[in-house]
Amino acid sequence: MSGLTRRGRARAQLGILLGPVSLFLSIFLAGPLIIMMIYSFLAPGLYGGVEWTFYPHNFGRILGFADPEFEIYDPVYISIFFRSLRIAVTTVLITLLICYPAAFQISRLSDRWKAFALFLITLPFFASLIVRLFIWILILKKTGFINTALESLGWIDHPLEMIYTDGAVILGMVYIFIPFMFLPVYASVEKLDWTLVRASQDLGANGFQTFWRVIFPLTLPGVAGGSIIVFIPALGNFVVPAVLGGAKSLMLGNLIEQQFLAARNWPFGAALSMLVMAIVLILLFIYIHHETRRDDDAPAAG
Amino acid sequence: MGESIVRLEKVRKTFPLPEGGTVTALGNINLDVARNEFLTLLGPSGCGKTTLLHSISGFVQLNSGCVYVDGEDVTDRPPHRRPVNTVFQNYALFPHMTVGNNVGYALDIAGARRAERNTQVGAALDMVGLGGLEKRLPRQLSGGQQQRVALARAIIARPKLLLLDEPLSALDRNLRQSMQIELKTLQAELGISFIFVTHDQEEALTMSNRVAVLEGGKIQQIDAPLAIYNKPSNEFVASFIGASNLFRGTIENGTVTTDDGDKIRTSASTGTGPITALLRPEQFSIANGGEIAAETGRLDVSIRQIVFSGAGYEIHGRTDNHHDVVASIAATHQALVAGAEASRKATLTYDPAAVHLIATEGARS
Repeated sequence: MSGLTRRGRARAQLGILLGPVSLFLSIFLAGPLIIMMIYSFLAPGLYGGVEWTFYPHNFGRILGFADPEFEIYDPVYISIFFRSLRIAVTTVLITLLICYPAAFQISRLSDRWKAFALFLITLPFFASLIVRLFIWILILKKTGFINTALESLGWIDHPLEMIYTDGAVILGMVYIFIPFMFLPVYASVEKLDWTLVRASQDLGANGFQTFWRVIFPLTLPGVAGGSIIVFIPALGNFVVPAVLGGAKSLMLGNLIEQQFLAARNWPFGAALSMLVMAIVLILLFIYIHHETRRDDDAPAAG
Repeated sequence: MGESIVRLEKVRKTFPLPEGGTVTALGNINLDVARNEFLTLLGPSGCGKTTLLHSISGFVQLNSGCVYVDGEDVTDRPPHRRPVNTVFQNYALFPHMTVGNNVGYALDIAGARRAERNTQVGAALDMVGLGGLEKRLPRQLSGGQQQRVALARAIIARPKLLLLDEPLSALDRNLRQSMQIELKTLQAELGISFIFVTHDQEEALTMSNRVAVLEGGKIQQIDAPLAIYNKPSNEFVASFIGASNLFRGTIENGTVTTDDGDKIRTSASTGTGPITALLRPEQFSIANGGEIAAETGRLDVSIRQIVFSGAGYEIHGRTDNHHDVVASIAATHQALVAGAEASRKATLTYDPAAVHLIATEGARS
């Protein structure tokens, strides 16, 4: 059989395997995305819907060039934007601080305990997200578990303001996203070759130097992967702030949801969504660029 | 103590077994390594040779005993504070660093000046024949090149002692042999002591000033390669190094009579009692049918197998008393070997003075 037909057949097989999923994604992912992109540049209709005129002021309302006829620029949107960024970054940092050392501890366990620990990490997936978040209300609220316990111990006079704060939102996010951070970090820690650590010590490096020059760079792919997997959904998350954040702790996700469902201003909601996606895409682009360059640096030995 | 670069005193290390109990990896080892010495630790896997190496580099905590490097007690020092460097079995190059940064690692840690560091990295790479490859990554190199990088990295800080943990075991045969010669040359150039771990006896004999044969966490014999080969101190060393014909029996009037009934003549004039006689395969010759001198030892065997090995023939024979014997005969005796093959019988001769006697250990077996 000639090489060409063999290649042709391989291509046909690939087409059959990838065809359905490509079709599905192009219809149900690309389609709505294109609609959103177009909507974000259309004017909002007076009673919902859109008017088909080019209208860049949706982005202006966020970034500072609002439509002078109807609105004045309100910095509340950009501040929600930055608050969301801050909460997402904080969530990434805290989950990383928790998962990184834990990954090392778990990777040193015997195989049986390792499997058990990994099972525990994935255990939360078996219960509904909403149920798990509402349990945090029971724990954090004014008459909740923590306040009652502290009051009965006599350590506090007034209940602590814990729920409906940024802190509660971050706590909830960390709680939800720990498994997402843990798994990629653990995968890279598990792969770490400990003879390299020995080699580093042998060459005179102390514990800190060995960590900084050998262990951390070698586990960086897992750290970067985990950070992205946590950052993206954390930035656009609306369930956690809706349940634990209250009215004062709006995040982008809530704002977008409001625009679509309550304010019925689809173009503005679409513009907000596009901005979120732009940030995510830029970060992903940086990550992928970095990863591929790392591979390009090292073509296989000749 | 000024003479030795490394001194181990009553070093003892046990490991707990998963099913309970302990295994003794090192049992009261005493060892002195001289300056500029190339010492090889040789033994089968699990004999404790790597543990012994790690007790010098600091990667195992001893149960008891002391380790001195250059007269200083380093027993309680962590690995990064010991003036020794290691070439690891799988090279252990840092995959995320270039060759230059791998080699310069020890200098970077020590905070060396950039310019001087670069000069030294270049010099170390030149020394192992890899000059100009600073910018490559380890995975872009072949196994032999990676081995050289590991070597350059370990010698750049001029350790007082270089430890090599089976560094050549992953290389193919030809490369391994040329690396053996190179290592030996490098050691002479650097003027530092090497402790080399291997399970390959040929490698040990080729490279070393002295060989320490380990088994069961104990040094069975430590001696020059020739002495290890010709005068093994016990049956383990005799059978582990090279091929050997061992005849266990009792000696009387200079003749060893084995339990099977074979008689081996020796040059020993006195002594009686249980003993083991050792004859290396190449100490045998094949008789040409002529008169055999009275003082020459002889052994009549039936031929079981004759193998051509390039340099000569290996005759696998068996005595009338069912004792298996291996003899190496030079290829120049082709006609005699052919005759033996045809008749299925041969008379092997040996010089009684070449027979080495080993005290039979009652505890062994």
